[in-house]
Amino acid sequence: MNYFYFIFNTLIEIIFVVAPLFLIVAYTTYSERKIIGYMQSRMGPTRVGPSGILQPIADVIKLISKEIIIPSNADRGLFLTAPVIMLVPSLLVWSVIPLSEYFVIADINAGLLFILALTSLSVYGVILAGWASNSKYAFLGSMRSAAQIIAYEIAMGFALVGVLMVAGSLNLQEIILSQKGGILNWFWLPLFPLFLIYLISGIAETNRAPFDVSEGESEIVAGFHVEYSGIAFAMFFLAEYMNLILISILVSIMFFGGWLSPFESTFLESYFYWIPGFFWLSIKTLFFIFLFLWLRATLPRYRYDQIMRLGWKIFLPITLIWIFLEGIMIYYNVEPWFSK
Amino acid sequence: MITEYVPILIFLIFSLFFAGLMMSVGFTLGSRNPDLEKNSPYECGFEAFEDSRMKFDVRYYLVAILFIIFDLEIAFLFPWAIVVQKIGLIGLLAMALFLLILIVGFIYEWKKGALEWD
Repeated sequence: MNYFYFIFNTLIEIIFVVAPLFLIVAYTTYSERKIIGYMQSRMGPTRVGPSGILQPIADVIKLISKEIIIPSNADRGLFLTAPVIMLVPSLLVWSVIPLSEYFVIADINAGLLFILALTSLSVYGVILAGWASNSKYAFLGSMRSAAQIIAYEIAMGFALVGVLMVAGSLNLQEIILSQKGGILNWFWLPLFPLFLIYLISGIAETNRAPFDVSEGESEIVAGFHVEYSGIAFAMFFLAEYMNLILISILVSIMFFGGWLSPFESTFLESYFYWIPGFFWLSIKTLFFIFLFLWLRATLPRYRYDQIMRLGWKIFLPITLIWIFLEGIMIYYNVEPWFSK
Repeated sequence: MITEYVPILIFLIFSLFFAGLMMSVGFTLGSRNPDLEKNSPYECGFEAFEDSRMKFDVRYYLVAILFIIFDLEIAFLFPWAIVVQKIGLIGLLAMALFLLILIVGFIYEWKKGALEWD
């Protein structure tokens, strides 16, 4: 009976996270089209509902009712497994994300390691999709995409090591708590180069513009998911946008104090104490989602050799040097880096 | 504690079930009338020629090998980074030595041109 209650409780929590997440994904696609539209002096979607507000709903209905085409040369089993492998880890990561000071589905002590492991899994989905489609565009797209993802994973991992050195814990709640003490104590300031590298690597990891050579529509059409249609395509799409939101929320948690209030230890603190932590986390996350869309509207696409050069020859040395510097700072007990 | 991971197991089962549900909804509600042209691999309207499992550039393979080395390095750095505030000078020097060996290898790769894409 007790077990039953526990499982039921967890399922309720999961649905409380996943259902709003899907809604946010749907409206991220809408706001992406609207924001980029207005940045390019267009209006974006306007037809479905008042100022196009129901457009994502229409898109979902369309994607469900479309045929799932399985190409005749494709490896059927792998072709249908790839979207699942893509979607499941990007859903599962949300089990360790602390959404407020009280709410996290699984408060494990290896949280960050778990996130690193699961985000690495998406590269299997990319490779399998490209290989199983048996199409040239898909194959080339998946090779490019996989090489790019693993190249930036290194820089990302090193940036995480920098965060861990200051925070002294893998648990995400404890990482947030170690940033307590006002906006200048959040890790974006003491770890500024790592923050920039993490953010840019995050964009590259999710294959978003300006690093979207893997789906460069002007040369290889859509990259690794060119043969997918209907709901199988929707699963790749869903995973991509969930990863985008995940990177935004991870940047907010690790470098911008998560659910901590920005007015902490200033004279404004007593006026804003009643605002829940979830609100601050959402504001920060929405800002980074907006940044992602903004970058897409602003920057032209990088060339592939430029992308690889940035990852290996610039980010990797900078993170290595910064970790070394941080080690020295901690050894000499310099304040913002040494926390104990 | 291992019980902290039980919600993750439940979440895993949930998301596998959900992904399967999405697939089956797509297959039941979607239309289904395949033909030869539609099911051929997409090549911008051309007839597909040759097999698509072609040779690919060896540098992709090289990147994957480099990735394994550096990812392993990160895996070693993680536990060190958590206790670095407690282990003092010896811990710092040990990791500096370890990183130095890898950096020598990294410089060698760089000079050899393993990181060049042109």
